[in-house]
Amino acid sequence: MRLWLIVLGIGAVTYAVRVAPILLLGRQGLPPLVVRALRYVPPAVLSAIVFPELVMSGGSPVLSLENPRLLAGLLAGLIAWRTRNVFLTLIVGMGALWGLTAAQG
Amino acid sequence: MTPDLRAEGEGPPIEGGETKATGIIPIAGPRREFLAGVRAELPLLPGVIPFGMIYGVLALEAGIPSGLALAMSSIVFAGSSQFAATQLIGAGASAAVVVATAFILNLRHSLYSFSLAPHLAPLSAPWKWLLSYLLTDEAYAVTAARYRQGETEGPLHHAHWFFLGAGLTLWASWQLSTAAGVFLGAQVPRDWSLDFTLPLTFIGLGVPTLRDRPTLLAALVGGTLAVVLAGLPYRLGLMVAAVAGILAGLWADRQRADVGMRD
Repeated sequence: MRLWLIVLGIGAVTYAVRVAPILLLGRQGLPPLVVRALRYVPPAVLSAIVFPELVMSGGSPVLSLENPRLLAGLLAGLIAWRTRNVFLTLIVGMGALWGLTAAQG
Repeated sequence: MTPDLRAEGEGPPIEGGETKATGIIPIAGPRREFLAGVRAELPLLPGVIPFGMIYGVLALEAGIPSGLALAMSSIVFAGSSQFAATQLIGAGASAAVVVATAFILNLRHSLYSFSLAPHLAPLSAPWKWLLSYLLTDEAYAVTAARYRQGETEGPLHHAHWFFLGAGLTLWASWQLSTAAGVFLGAQVPRDWSLDFTLPLTFIGLGVPTLRDRPTLLAALVGGTLAVVLAGLPYRLGLMVAAVAGILAGLWADRQRADVGMRD
């Protein structure tokens, strides 16, 4: 029962966050400053999620070639930049991670 | 086309010539937009499906009953906060901490919502309620790209169907992969590192948004600060880093505008 309440609570806050701007903001649009700021939301948020996933290892950052996730992520970034293809990025990134992990034994 | 109109036309009547004549993209109807949305979402699914399966596996390990683990995927429908919640529930965190963490992690969705709001403003309330429910990272990425196309190729009257197609595709994949994870349980090998598909998907979505110096700076500041602040509780570092990245982008944008005026 307690777990169900937690899940309902998470669902409620998640939905509120998603629906409020769409519902409350009319057609008149946003102030120009906000429009400009929105352009930087995807790069800032996505990299804030991705960087720690690549760099952090057991609670501390590991910036070395010994870190297979960092190398695989950099390679994936290169592929994404050259091809703009999410699927290819995924395949190359996973392949690189498996290869590097295997090579390190 | 009616015979009357055709009689008034200047050139010879062309059979189905409208799409050819208007060039690149004809104004697409609901059906075409919906299918285009489904198609746009497909390349993202290989990053979503393993993630959903891992969530299912981890939820059971954290002691969440399978019925609730499945229900969470449709009640919450947000991968990163479902992962965080699972982790925290497993660690015995209080209800308030779990809900607050999910809230902070999902604040980024309000930014997506702000960005789509002007496009969705003409829609009826039920459309807004439904599309808001389907607003995820992956659906936002392809829908925002579709609206950007609209800015250059003429108005899109049915792009909300594109959003619906993309959103429902992701929703169905998420439910099915979660169910697969719950039923397969511990049979998914740990050493496949399938959790890495999530950052890879975000790399694939994020890199094409790096179009100039300000966007690059936004990404570097956001990412670096997220690493530096990774130790903060409740993953607060993520939010602080994202806001700092946005401010850095705005600042660089401003610098560029100033230089432009001096030239």
